[in-house]
Amino acid sequence: MRLFYHIGKYFLLLFRVFAKPEKFKIYYRETIKEIEKLGLNSIWIVAVISVFMGAVITIQTAYNTDNPMYPKYLIGLTARDTLLLEFSSTIIALILAGKIGSNIASEIGTMRITEQIDALEIMGVNSASYLILPRIIASVIFTPFLTLMSMIIGIFGGWVAGVSTGVMTTQDYVYGIQYAFIPYYIVYALIKIAIFAFLITTISAYHGYYTSGGSLEVGKSSTKAVVHSSIFILLFNVILTQLLLS
Amino acid sequence: MIEVKNIAKSFNGVPVLKNIDVLFEKGKTNLIIGQSGSGKTVLLKSIVGLHDIEQGKVIFDGTVFNELNFKDKKEMRKQIGMLFQGGALFDSATVEENVMYPLNMFTELTHSEKRDRANECLKRVNIINANQLYPAEISGGMKKRVAIARAIALNPKYLFCDEPNSGLDPQTAILIDDLIKEITVEYNMTTIVNTHDMNSVMEIGDKVVFIYKGAKWWEGTKDDIFDSENEELNNFIFASKLSQKIRDLKNGH
Repeated sequence: MRLFYHIGKYFLLLFRVFAKPEKFKIYYRETIKEIEKLGLNSIWIVAVISVFMGAVITIQTAYNTDNPMYPKYLIGLTARDTLLLEFSSTIIALILAGKIGSNIASEIGTMRITEQIDALEIMGVNSASYLILPRIIASVIFTPFLTLMSMIIGIFGGWVAGVSTGVMTTQDYVYGIQYAFIPYYIVYALIKIAIFAFLITTISAYHGYYTSGGSLEVGKSSTKAVVHSSIFILLFNVILTQLLLS
Repeated sequence: MIEVKNIAKSFNGVPVLKNIDVLFEKGKTNLIIGQSGSGKTVLLKSIVGLHDIEQGKVIFDGTVFNELNFKDKKEMRKQIGMLFQGGALFDSATVEENVMYPLNMFTELTHSEKRDRANECLKRVNIINANQLYPAEISGGMKKRVAIARAIALNPKYLFCDEPNSGLDPQTAILIDDLIKEITVEYNMTTIVNTHDMNSVMEIGDKVVFIYKGAKWWEGTKDDIFDSENEELNNFIFASKLSQKIRDLKNGH
């Protein structure tokens, strides 16, 4: 019953979030700020993780397919499809749930306990919309770019690791990443990350917005934001994969 | 003028406000006093609509505020300024940006006009050369004054102050009290101050409402307090040795 209570409260919050903004100019400015905070500041972590994951996928594939029956270009093909289908959308979303999810929940939660949200309400501002909508727009717009970047860097990391360890040649790898390429996989990944970004932002904002108490509760909200966002990312990964790939 | 008619509020079945009726007058500093946990803050937040009340009416100059829809309530709130206990300044904005915030949100003034108005309000509360500082870089007293400047930026008709003196030294507390009193007269506002500071009661209490265990226990002016025979009020007001001495001196002992 508690779950339904939270789901209902979550949708009521979304209803307030998508109300008409008081002033579009201010919301636009806030969205730009959020793109910098949530998107641009996540580039380095996505880049670092992608390069190493690309490298590990390539090396593991190479050692698991070390058989004369398997052509070497399979290494490149496997690395590409793993990155496109799962890593650059789902794994990056889980990492972003930790980074931006906790940031959103703690920031909004602190505003709640220090009465800054009450101050907005008293002024006649729709605090839910003002605080959450720019974050949703920023993350839904920017995370697909992070995913594209992750795909490119991951494939590059795989090439560096494969060639430098001598498990394959550049020619095999390049042939592999071009072989039987399905462009729809990129669309699939971008749709997934946009939906995951929406889930991360709204679930984290929900926990932050309804924080009550003190600093201890802000920490708890932040943890709940990451855990619940991660669970919903995994659940929606199954649903979206069935819907988009079947 | 704000009329509170028979309002009640409870949390998890525990009554916090019990059938409160009170009239807060325009151009006067109306004080709500009472012990910690007596329901003062809940009463103040119920009046401004931050808490939904279970019964009764809150009437702002003839408009039943608690019965308005979300949109009309938002419009009405543009006429309300509020000073929160901790100031509630936006951490990520400078002092000037904090005061300009309501102007940015609700006026079509040019940037320089908004800056001028913000500076005018800051000057009114004696904040000078601090425009570019962040809330974390200023003292508690300054935070309260900046919050007052933000609250009056849109020329509100109603001002609410939740424990404006908490955490301040006596001198700064008197400055804040004087400022609230002066601004109330200057802007002809209906001001409601929630406090348990006896200095404030004696300095600015045009009308005083004593809340005890969630109910209105007594009301009168600051001068009436000395003649009151209400036991709970006397226990609260004359709890300190200093206030007992003042009472004795006033009574010629």
